[in-house]
Amino acid sequence: MPQTPMADRPLLKIEDVEIAFSSPDEADIVAVRQVDLALGPGKTLCLVGESGCGKSVTARAVLHLNDQNAVISRGRILFSPPGDETVDIAALKSDSLAMRKIRGNQIAMIFQEPMSSLSPVHTVGDQIDEMITLHEGLKPREARERTVSLLDQVGVPGPRERADSYPFQLSGGLRQRAMIAMALACKPALLIADEPTTALDVTTQAQILDLLKELQEDYGMAMLFITHDLGVVAEIADEVAVMYLGDVVEQGNVFDVFRAPRHPYTQALMRSIPTIARKKERQRLSPIKGTVPSAKDRPEGCAFTSRCPYAFEPCAGTKPDRAPLGNHVARCHLLTESARKNEVPA
Amino acid sequence: MTAEALTEDTAPPEIKRSQESQAALMWRRFRQHRLAVWSLWIVGLFYFIALFAEFLAPFEPSAYNPRYTYAAPQGIHFIDRDEEGNWTFRPFVYGYKSEIDPAALRRTFVVDRDVKHPINFFVEAEPYRLLGIIPMDVKLFGTTERRAPLYILGADRLGRDLLSRLIHGTRISLSIGLIGVVLSLVFGVIIGGFSGYYGGWFDSVVQRVIEFIRSLPTIPLWLGLAAALPRDWSSLQTYFAITVILSLVGWTELARVVRGRFLALRTEDFVTAARLDGASDWRVITRHMVPNFMSHIIAAATLAIPGMILAETALSFLGLGLQAPIVSWGTLLQEAQNIRTLASAPWLLLPGVAVVVAILALNFLGDGLRDAADPYGR
Amino acid sequence: MLRFLVGRLISIVLTVWAISFVAFAIIQLPPGDYLTAYMAELSAQGERVSPAELEALRRQYSLGDPFLVQYWKWISGILAHGDFGSSFEWKRPVTELIWGRLGNSILLEGLAVLVMWLVALPIGIYAAVRKYSLGDYLATVFGFLGLAVPNFLFALVLMYLTYVWFGTTLGGLFSPAFERAHWSLPRLWDFLTYAWAPIIVLATAGTAQLIRIMRANLLDELKKPYVTTARSKGLPEWKVIVKYPVRVALNPLVSTIGWLLPTLVSSSVIVSVVMNLPTAGPLLLRSLTSQDMYLAGTIIMLLGVLTVIGTLISDLILAWLDPRIRHGGAR
Repeated sequence: MPQTPMADRPLLKIEDVEIAFSSPDEADIVAVRQVDLALGPGKTLCLVGESGCGKSVTARAVLHLNDQNAVISRGRILFSPPGDETVDIAALKSDSLAMRKIRGNQIAMIFQEPMSSLSPVHTVGDQIDEMITLHEGLKPREARERTVSLLDQVGVPGPRERADSYPFQLSGGLRQRAMIAMALACKPALLIADEPTTALDVTTQAQILDLLKELQEDYGMAMLFITHDLGVVAEIADEVAVMYLGDVVEQGNVFDVFRAPRHPYTQALMRSIPTIARKKERQRLSPIKGTVPSAKDRPEGCAFTSRCPYAFEPCAGTKPDRAPLGNHVARCHLLTESARKNEVPA
Repeated sequence: MTAEALTEDTAPPEIKRSQESQAALMWRRFRQHRLAVWSLWIVGLFYFIALFAEFLAPFEPSAYNPRYTYAAPQGIHFIDRDEEGNWTFRPFVYGYKSEIDPAALRRTFVVDRDVKHPINFFVEAEPYRLLGIIPMDVKLFGTTERRAPLYILGADRLGRDLLSRLIHGTRISLSIGLIGVVLSLVFGVIIGGFSGYYGGWFDSVVQRVIEFIRSLPTIPLWLGLAAALPRDWSSLQTYFAITVILSLVGWTELARVVRGRFLALRTEDFVTAARLDGASDWRVITRHMVPNFMSHIIAAATLAIPGMILAETALSFLGLGLQAPIVSWGTLLQEAQNIRTLASAPWLLLPGVAVVVAILALNFLGDGLRDAADPYGR
Repeated sequence: MLRFLVGRLISIVLTVWAISFVAFAIIQLPPGDYLTAYMAELSAQGERVSPAELEALRRQYSLGDPFLVQYWKWISGILAHGDFGSSFEWKRPVTELIWGRLGNSILLEGLAVLVMWLVALPIGIYAAVRKYSLGDYLATVFGFLGLAVPNFLFALVLMYLTYVWFGTTLGGLFSPAFERAHWSLPRLWDFLTYAWAPIIVLATAGTAQLIRIMRANLLDELKKPYVTTARSKGLPEWKVIVKYPVRVALNPLVSTIGWLLPTLVSSSVIVSVVMNLPTAGPLLLRSLTSQDMYLAGTIIMLLGVLTVIGTLISDLILAWLDPRIRHGGAR
């Protein structure tokens, strides 16, 4: 793809990425295969899927944060920060200077467990200061001033005192706020949030989501948001990508995908959400049959074959192409087949 | 997160396991620890030697021969040329000739390649009693020629055969480790068991005592206790006294393990269920809890043996443990204390090799048992 | 923090008291006392002591009193004016005999602890970060050898090897010229030329254990999410590791001093005997065999107190390092 600077070029473009885990005893495991994603500046892209589907691995690959035995074996991760050259992150080395300059500075990340994701033996303030002194070369005192205003901004009461507390002295919600303050410290163009609300209770979840939306507007940053909660997706996403066992099965505008899911997996996923309805109109929830197979047993073709009610001959053998469906795309043989026959699937 | 989930998913399917007995599961787990399996063989060999010491050792440990003081190791040769010049299997040792070291003006023994003494198996010997019980008059090997020297690992200052002494010392050192651990186990299980099952003030007191004992440097403590043994006690009395002294510190670790298991099991549902069924404390402990942590205790006990052996070796080495007529690895190493003796007879350090091998093997074995004790863990 | 300190101090006073009691009880255990042993020795040499003289000596050392009375006299003497009693054999106050030797013991053990940490820390970190590398395997093998080779055996082998290779005998801590001199740079240098061998011997077992512990701790910590957080900040990899997981893995390592010290003090006794070092060890052995009770009791007690103080220091370092302990925070 030519890297011509365009006004609306995507901030992050993941092209045909495959990530494999090697282990000394067993054959390599391909955790993520053929992933294509694009995220525009200031937009929010949600990666949804069950645990183990590769959404976290994909997100971490953007910052080269996977374990050492994980290799990006194919594809490109193009990052185009505003007013700067496009970089292919997939080609960078994990501990290279170029990569470290992106980390924290242009792309920041927040994690699921606010307790274990903060160092237990450093104060919250010290951990935020470090980010600022590292990337902007501020003096410790100036950095602390910035830290205090950041903590204030993310809604930590008494920020000056709280900066001197250790993580174990804060509540889960406050810890996650501190985590967010740290991620925002250098005004990143992209924030990767790896299930940031999963470990929190429901009211705190809503507060944190609101905070993130608000901050996103203030800072004009894009967000790559990983979750398994479709409610959260509806709340926060512009675009959504549904992953199943290493494949992106369906992606596109969140309204389109939610209103008219076309991939059997997405459809099944939508049917498994309880809806509030009158007693007469209630329907039984239909869980997806079977369990997720391991990546080793995944067929060459569509990963969902073993549990798909519509599976037919080509499914197991060949990988379906992306079928364009107006504002979104899906990878399913039913769709490509029907496109040929000019039919609409059920 | 996702990566872990994926690798977990790809673990081999765990089917059929539930049909195996607990023992089979443990054995399978144990066999995966290759070092532990090797160590099991080595430890078995050591205890075999300890058991049949009289039969395996060519001489009595106290048999001396002033003609061959500090004779160097002969080594042992298996292949020889017979009269027609063919290679045959015929074990033999070379003889000695004495030389005067011109520099040190000392008599030293050099292996004399011209004299060969054949070694025979199952040779007749002075009648002895195996383990002090079974009367026997055959030894595994020896020379049939009278007065032929046989010092495969060399001789000490009195011309005693180091190999024979090492074999007999193995019996003492290994048995002291075993008896010491059994004794510690008795103390440890009773005290740790009470402490863990009943808890409360008794538990706190026991915990403080254990912490106190473990905070003391053991060697000064042992030395003080060992020095208190009356000099006129018989070898057997000292032997048992030393094991008791070693167990006085040794029980703490085992009590800690037992207490820990008791505390962990006490709140398990099946124990509560048994208690609600009206089972007595005794029954709950012996029928429901002990079978559950027996394997843990065996592993902990195995890991405690090396410490015992090391302690005995150290005490005897310092001259406050086992005394002269008893042969143990420690008393044997005591002979090697003087650097000048050592320089002229470095083979006196060989008992140290036995110590190191035994300690390593027992440690690996204990590690393997500990892993196997918990076949569902990790 | 204050409550933590006060609690620690109280428990230490109790422990030290218990140690003094145990030490005194142990040296009271042997049947007879120094005077009977002394008598036996004299009569073996053909000399005689009159019963009246013996009785006078016995009263002077109050050997006829019951155990608790003797203990009370001893311990009150220590508390009131630092009088640990007199040595029967040397006919001198115990304090005069032991301070120099105890100082040597502390010096040796302190240096051994220092060497242990300086060696074990980088190796342990390397072994954990480069798991299953050649260096990791070498560290593991070294760890097992350190576990299995008794220190006195190691001392003997070292002495044998230096004798065979260099023709020198290891032993002692000073050359005769510096034996009684005051501390100065040349004396320090002289000390180090002698002390390196016992320090290596003493440090080996502990180093092996520390490497194993550091490796295991660090492997646990390296998997924790906060390490990924630190990496996502853009820190260089070495700084990520040193500043975060290593820092956290240090805490349990510091608390191991508590049980490392008793073993170290134990080994220094036996190694000192083998290498003929002027520390408290050989003196203890000598006094135990001759039933020189106040001397033996004092040494046993002070070695115990030494480990207790060492443990206190490690507790304080731990509290300083770990905010969760300092602030009494739950985890």
